Amino acid sequence: MIEPIAKPRRKNPLKRTRLPTLPPRARSRASHGFTRAAAEGRFMLQRCGACGTFCYPARDACPTCLSADLVFADAPRRGMLLCETTLHVPADVHFRERAPWRVGLVAMECGPRLVAHLHADCEEGGPVVMSFQLDKSGQAVAFAHPERETPNMTDDRQWREMTADPKFRRVLVTNGRSIVGQETVAALKAAGASIVFVGVAEPWKPFHGEDTLRTLEGVEIVPLDIGDEKSVADLAADIGGKVDILVNTTEHVRAGGLLDRQGTSIVRDEIDQAYLGFVQLAQAFGPAMRMRGSDGVNSAAAWVNILSVYALANWPVFGAYSASQAACLSLSHSLRAELRPGGVKVVNVFTGPLDIEWFQTVPPPKVAPRAVAAAIVSALKRGLEDVFVGDVAEDIRQRLIANPKAVERELGA
Amino acid sequence: MQSSIRTPYDRVVMAVPVTIPYMRYSIESAQWWIGRALKALVDGAGITPRDIDGFCVSSFTAGLDSGIGLTQHFGLCVRWLDTIPLGGASAIAALRRAARAVQAGDARIVACVAGDTNHVDSFRYTLENFSRFNQDAVYPYGAGGANASFALIARNYMRTFGAKREDFGRIAVAQRSNALRNPNALMKTPLTIEQYMSARPIADPIHLFDCVMPCAGAEAFLVMSEDVAASLNLPAAKILATIERHNAFGDDPVQVRGGWAMDIDELYAMAGVKPDDLDFVETYDDYPVISMMQFEDLGFCRKGEGPDFVRQHDLTIDGSFPHNTSGGQLSVGQAGAGGAYLGVVEALRQVLGQAGPTQVRDARIGLASGFGMINYDRGLASGAAILAGPGA
Repeated sequence: MIEPIAKPRRKNPLKRTRLPTLPPRARSRASHGFTRAAAEGRFMLQRCGACGTFCYPARDACPTCLSADLVFADAPRRGMLLCETTLHVPADVHFRERAPWRVGLVAMECGPRLVAHLHADCEEGGPVVMSFQLDKSGQAVAFAHPERETPNMTDDRQWREMTADPKFRRVLVTNGRSIVGQETVAALKAAGASIVFVGVAEPWKPFHGEDTLRTLEGVEIVPLDIGDEKSVADLAADIGGKVDILVNTTEHVRAGGLLDRQGTSIVRDEIDQAYLGFVQLAQAFGPAMRMRGSDGVNSAAAWVNILSVYALANWPVFGAYSASQAACLSLSHSLRAELRPGGVKVVNVFTGPLDIEWFQTVPPPKVAPRAVAAAIVSALKRGLEDVFVGDVAEDIRQRLIANPKAVERELGA
Repeated sequence: MQSSIRTPYDRVVMAVPVTIPYMRYSIESAQWWIGRALKALVDGAGITPRDIDGFCVSSFTAGLDSGIGLTQHFGLCVRWLDTIPLGGASAIAALRRAARAVQAGDARIVACVAGDTNHVDSFRYTLENFSRFNQDAVYPYGAGGANASFALIARNYMRTFGAKREDFGRIAVAQRSNALRNPNALMKTPLTIEQYMSARPIADPIHLFDCVMPCAGAEAFLVMSEDVAASLNLPAAKILATIERHNAFGDDPVQVRGGWAMDIDELYAMAGVKPDDLDFVETYDDYPVISMMQFEDLGFCRKGEGPDFVRQHDLTIDGSFPHNTSGGQLSVGQAGAGGAYLGVVEALRQVLGQAGPTQVRDARIGLASGFGMINYDRGLASGAAILAGPGA
């Protein structure tokens, strides 16, 4: 049984911050099928198209029939823990400072055997349920969970290394004026965040939902205008060393593409808010987060972007907006690589049109801001990297896999 | 269990057992160690490098060099060349290939060599670059070498067959006592069962004295025809039988046996001897549990009787079952691929009566085995050879 983790005490400012170390990172190209699965929270194994054999580790030919037709397919998650060991003296620095560390060998009901990290409540000889997780290196690893829920199970030390659970972490939500921002604050508090800083530009101007926000315990409104470099830098100077999770809820949605707009001022606004705002936030908060990736229970853990799914495929009705989102998506991949030495995850939450004022003319289905907030918390707790919220986002995701050209033509129709 | 009629190794012999004394760490390269071994072979045989026309080499740390690059490095002009990357099974495989090459006339004198250096960071590099499955699906779990993999195998073996840590301890303690008679062993102090039991845990149930110490060193021998050996006045050993098997029993959920179990009937049939006829046994001992598994798989007892076997036998040089007489890798050190050769070279010395302080009295026939390559969850390569001295 797992003891609940204790709320970390205030950090002694004289103590050295432990620098992050990473688990081994090298993988074969085929093995990144598991990285994809882990990023989306799926459990996939290679399955032979010719004979149906599931196999593991990743191969380039089927070990039963030698077919090259090995496809990553969703696989049954159940298995049995054959045997386990506790590593007391790992050679690797990352694990050495985390020892003792438990790993085991799991026989999957669908055939293969997986070496896996073990949740503390997994019992040798007993059933387990498997997932692939992204470790601190951002690479996929197999993780064995107990079959049923156990007390305090998300507080498991090895599990917490795989996730960015908000419990006892300090979060910055960058835009408290938006409904998505306010819902996110509430969801993070409910998930156990110790404090949520909420950025509000020009806080003397009242806004809808302000009263509720101000009455929430452990929520602190801070001045933040992400279009203003100095404002971002000032806030980072103030709280940058204690932001464990940053949720970028910047929202700047305007309809229109290229030809019906005159000049570049609207586009410039979009770029200023969405793209340059992201740049400024990253430059101000990123370095400290990267330094604090191993800083105990409330180490820096994740950066969350809320992106339009049209970052992946331009929707000309909101054409310039889509392009600004695409720029942010590209930038997020750079940020992901740059935060990796700290073991800090970058989570992209892709949404369809939100049920907010700026998408007034768009027909349903639209995404409730509360659903976005719930998806953010769920992604952090499960350690996901790419999340699609709502039916439109899921629809675009599937169509892009099937035929990206069809998506382009149909969105542009 | 299959029976096949294999050509015996008629008139093919092994000679000139060479060990370049091990060092815990070395600033020299693998090439340096291999070079020392070649020099010792040449000197020991009373030949010149020109006389070597076959070369078989194994090394984890030779960097970019395989056998071909090494021919130029050492000025060898050979007409038969092999590089064997089979880890702990490399020596048995080298012997098999070299013996057939000599028998067929493809080479006259084959130098079989394994040499590795151990820089302060080279073991780590070997771990990181061991194999694709290891890189993808073992190394990221903090295993740090084979410890975790063998811990899983050992734990399953203990639970399945009722082995106790004490039983593994008997193997380690006996080998240490053998090693104290071997001036080349890196371990110089006695080991008691109490010390074994109270050692610090590395990866349960593997504790400190279950682990080999990586080191630098080289081992080698020559393979040639009986006639050539006689013309050089070299004491030589006959090769009665060999086996080799890879990726056996892949459906066993956890490894409880190695490929030997598939092939031992053939091994003894080809040699024309029974397990009881052997005067000593040199198993591949990267962990005691693997030696215990070999007692079963090589036919000294049935599967699951390994723990009883070690309780009932004295495994020291003068004991009822002389085992790993040099001290084995557990007490001599594991010089990379040299670890594969350690038992084979010691077996050669024993049957030639050249083992000096570790000599088993009247040793005529002995067995050496190899085991290697934890690619993912189990050791894949296994092999064994039965050697006979000139008097046998």
